[in-house]
Amino acid sequence: MFRNQYDSDTTVWSPQGRLFQVEYAMEAVKQGAATVGLKSSDFAVLIALCRTSKDTNTLQRKIMPVDAHVGMSISGLTADARQVCQYMRTECMAYRHSYDSEFPIRRLVANLGNKLQATTQRYDRRPYGVGMLVAGYDEQGPHIFQVMPTANVLNCKAMAIGARSQSARTYLERNMEDFEGCTMDELICHGIQAIRGSLGHDDSSNLTINVAIVGKNLPFKMFTDAENHIYLTMAKVLGQPLSGEQDALSEGGMSDDEMLDQGPSGSGMPGNGASDADINASSSGH
Amino acid sequence: MSSLGFEQFPDYQVPGVKHADFSPYESNGGSIVAIAGDDFAVIAADTRLSSGYNIHSRSQSKLFKLSPLTVLGSTGCWADTLSLTGLMKVRMQSYEHTHLRTMTTDAVAQMLSITMYNRRFFPYYVSNILAGIDKDGKGVVYSYDPIGHCEKATYRAGGTAGTLLQPVLDNQIGYKNMNLAASEVPKLTKERAVSVASDTFISAAERDIYTGDSVLINIITKDGIEVKELTLRQD
Repeated sequence: MFRNQYDSDTTVWSPQGRLFQVEYAMEAVKQGAATVGLKSSDFAVLIALCRTSKDTNTLQRKIMPVDAHVGMSISGLTADARQVCQYMRTECMAYRHSYDSEFPIRRLVANLGNKLQATTQRYDRRPYGVGMLVAGYDEQGPHIFQVMPTANVLNCKAMAIGARSQSARTYLERNMEDFEGCTMDELICHGIQAIRGSLGHDDSSNLTINVAIVGKNLPFKMFTDAENHIYLTMAKVLGQPLSGEQDALSEGGMSDDEMLDQGPSGSGMPGNGASDADINASSSGH
Repeated sequence: MSSLGFEQFPDYQVPGVKHADFSPYESNGGSIVAIAGDDFAVIAADTRLSSGYNIHSRSQSKLFKLSPLTVLGSTGCWADTLSLTGLMKVRMQSYEHTHLRTMTTDAVAQMLSITMYNRRFFPYYVSNILAGIDKDGKGVVYSYDPIGHCEKATYRAGGTAGTLLQPVLDNQIGYKNMNLAASEVPKLTKERAVSVASDTFISAAERDIYTGDSVLINIITKDGIEVKELTLRQD
């Protein structure tokens, strides 16, 4: 797929009808840490795996508030994400200033999609290297929108993007029917359980789980460390044993029983060896 | 306030010719009083909106809560007031997005001054008084002129009855022109500040036709903003 004579410019089609630069931009999204979004009848929740480093105190924010009724989590190039976020914030503020009401989210992401599309059709610009999950609540209810560098905007019931997000997507797909009637706590726990599969077995101590929520009579807010911790503990208690790290290729071959056996440290016990806010995801071979 | 300059050229004024004059400004009346204490700030404004001898509203608040610790009182041209406060809200939200915290009262004061001066050659016809708690927890009052000159003070009166109210505050809060030794000056309590503010408004309503109906009082402390309402003469 990589390195061919049609991939130097966004404005060059390949003979198969592909725009390689845009597809390469999608690869940038897959490099970022996973993030999950899901919604119930009253709330939309974003869960993000944040890479923190012990040496630096960077505010590598994956979840960005946009307005009181909408926020987003990102995966990919943080710098590009900041630009996009700034654009959305300005749009929302201008709308509020002009019309004294909140920007309908459908239209906001549609405008965003159009803006992203422009970058895929100009020789002097490149696609934004960031994928976003936009969570919001407006008159039409809760929303989760997935926006990608291809300028595709998808209205989702639940979605996960980023590295190793396939296992999260599988979890979401399996439990999708339950989300509608979930309480706020249950919804967050589902989200945390979904993202646990994307932890992977490397540098897990550097990853923390951050939660944000928006909903009916609940302006967008990111949880504090203390609140994150409460939900993590809750999810561990409610959740099944961590079923081992899977990547997109090996997922199909395993049965549920086999996966259950591959708990952390192979013992199959929930939360074994986990400490604090970090979930130690040492799974036996995959 | 029609000062388009037509009057300066007597030659052009033909007797009998009706010349329509458009003034972009209008005074919608109203007064504000603000008093700062050690750990609180009190700001009060009447609720009458008028235009000449007509009353637009008897219950329009002129106090704008910019943050949990900062309240802006604005009188003058109501259109300019709405525009200016709208602009302030947007700027403050931008600040919160970038810096992940609310603007301090002092920062708001400076930003308001800059915002108003940006319109140096077509000013906001607004009399602003900003009251709040600063980053050290002390009450502060900032007063402004129409082009943004900002002055920090302990107490201030503004608006149509500003000149009526200021001397009263000078005497009752500043203890000016009284034979009082420095040690005898009592510390300003919240209750006294509220009572002086209320009394001054009652006096203002007596003599200023643009001030009246009722007074909304905001008492700002680090714990929040308490709102009190006092009914005045309705005439």
